[in-house]
Amino acid sequence: MGTSSEQMTGTNGGRLAALNRWFDARFPAHKLIREHVSEYYAPKNFNFWYYFGSLAIVVLVIQVITGIFLAMSYTPSDTEAFQSIEYIMRDVEWGWLIRYLHSTGASAFFIVVYLHMFRALLYGSYKAPRELLWIIGMLIYVALMAEGFFGYVLPWGNMSYWGAQVIVSLFGAIPGIGEGLAEWIRGDYSISDITLNRFFALHVVAVPLLLIALVVAHILALHEVGSNNPDGVEIKKHKKPDGTPLDGIPFHPYYTYKDLVGTGFFLILFAIVVFFAPTLGGYFLEPPNFEPANPLNTPEHIAPVWYFTPYYAILRAVPDKLVGAILMGLAIALFFFLPWLDRCKVKSVRYRGWIYKLFLAAFAVSFLVLMYLGLQPAQGTYVILARIFTAVYFAFFLLMPIYTQLEKTKPVPERVTFHA
Amino acid sequence: MRKATLVLAATLLSGTAAASAGGGESWSSWHADTDINSKASLQRGARNFVNYCLGCHSLQYVRYNRIAQDLELTEEQLKDSLMFTGERPFDFVLSAMPAADAETWFGRAPPDLSLIARFKGTDYLYRYLKTFYVDESKATGVNNLALENAAMPHVLADLQGLQKAIFVLEKHVEAGQEKMLRRFDHFESAAPGRLSEAEYDAFVNDLVNFLDYAAEPVRAQREQLGIWVVLFLIVFTLLAWALKKEIWKDVH
Repeated sequence: MGTSSEQMTGTNGGRLAALNRWFDARFPAHKLIREHVSEYYAPKNFNFWYYFGSLAIVVLVIQVITGIFLAMSYTPSDTEAFQSIEYIMRDVEWGWLIRYLHSTGASAFFIVVYLHMFRALLYGSYKAPRELLWIIGMLIYVALMAEGFFGYVLPWGNMSYWGAQVIVSLFGAIPGIGEGLAEWIRGDYSISDITLNRFFALHVVAVPLLLIALVVAHILALHEVGSNNPDGVEIKKHKKPDGTPLDGIPFHPYYTYKDLVGTGFFLILFAIVVFFAPTLGGYFLEPPNFEPANPLNTPEHIAPVWYFTPYYAILRAVPDKLVGAILMGLAIALFFFLPWLDRCKVKSVRYRGWIYKLFLAAFAVSFLVLMYLGLQPAQGTYVILARIFTAVYFAFFLLMPIYTQLEKTKPVPERVTFHA
Repeated sequence: MRKATLVLAATLLSGTAAASAGGGESWSSWHADTDINSKASLQRGARNFVNYCLGCHSLQYVRYNRIAQDLELTEEQLKDSLMFTGERPFDFVLSAMPAADAETWFGRAPPDLSLIARFKGTDYLYRYLKTFYVDESKATGVNNLALENAAMPHVLADLQGLQKAIFVLEKHVEAGQEKMLRRFDHFESAAPGRLSEAEYDAFVNDLVNFLDYAAEPVRAQREQLGIWVVLFLIVFTLLAWALKKEIWKDVH
């Protein structure tokens, strides 16, 4: 399938070809397209789980474009922010659509990223030689959480305000410097107009720049080491005489068209939420956030948005605020160490032993249960359940060096399994 | 908490002795019966709002001409039936009552109702407007089941009439201690209103429907457009799928 630069730029003279040559001598556009699209060889056996990387990029683009238009009409001020959102919803042409695309996009981003990460756990995509790729991915996840948190504060509803109050106060639990640090983050003694303005700056400039840079790095690292696949075998081991992998196919046109189908399916679901259930029963947009921020009126039950609730449940499972906050941080930090915690030589779950399958299933269940518990009030059985599943969550990581060595793995095939 | 059985039945407000054991109206599971696509209901609801609510409550994010446009009212109809105090069509629907006075009179300023349906839900609004009951201990003479110690007087009493709430006392055992808690059992009419029960129910439903509309005026348009967007995306995805199949033919 290799397209030489002659073919692409054209050899039969003509003005367009001349322009192409002029351009190519000055900027590596064709070279970049070849390296990353038309001659990037991906394994041909990608399955359902491999749609979520390209979908994450689709959502990123949706968020950037809708975000630009929202920023044109939004006012970051404690007296006008809430009102400006209603102005967007009611008076700005198509403002309601732009806002719902952005608010639904925020939740969609996390759904897609969580599935993308779970794919890596299934097929061992974090293992050598993809450790750095995984770490960059985790940095994207952390940046995304920051972006989601700052963005959630901007509508300046009552849950925005109190959610920010609770999260920033967590820094106050750090001994010694805690209170000063929390005050430095807020720029005030409590969440205020100053906080709102800096969160706006971080949400629309700083974190998006970081996110986009990290996404570029993630893709560059991916294309350097090559994509993993559901069999967890390295396709670069078996090459054709021309040096391209036997089990690889060029990303374009094969995966560009395949991902177009995935994008279509995704957009159908996305549009159903945007047009028929933009609040998704109070999970994507919460009812208490339709009341303006009020420092004197604490909502009955403060809970973060659904995508943060697993960590919130871990935080609340511990009676001590500092220990809770440390566990919460650790719950995220442990992901970074996965490539070294997992001692098994086999990558894909298809050929791994029952022990890993059991632990992975228990981990997935604990993540979902904690997600549910984080939305409930912290009382009675909920607290006990949160403790049990926090233990399961950490057991997955902390016992990993042990159980991954006890696994009885199946033989891994030399080549990928593929049925056309 | 262990809940002991119903032991004592006593009426708190009326002399009539009591309610059938185990009975009781479950007002807390009443549902509003609203239809955002019924222009007639929304028009009646808008009229009800202007006549009974706007004296104290604003819709600070809603403009008169937006209501006219969405509810299919001509500018004439708008001026004749909804605008009484010389507002201009593009003005927001604001109450004439000064907030400072309101606070003195009621203890707190009446909340803006632009988003109340999204904040509290239509069922809550329906229950709130249906469960005012006579309570002589309150300055307003009434109390409310959905919002205990509500500051708002029963401004719809003229329509609904006044009702007494009949409570029963129940014994609860909590941490070994016996506590008497009152539980609502049923309503009894104290003074008839101008509307029958069914008429009042319809009045409240229209009003709640209008507040639901006001909380998100674009909803009807959003859902209509959504059908076309989803249909387009289905066709697009089918075409993309056919294209993918064609392209992938030579992958073995």
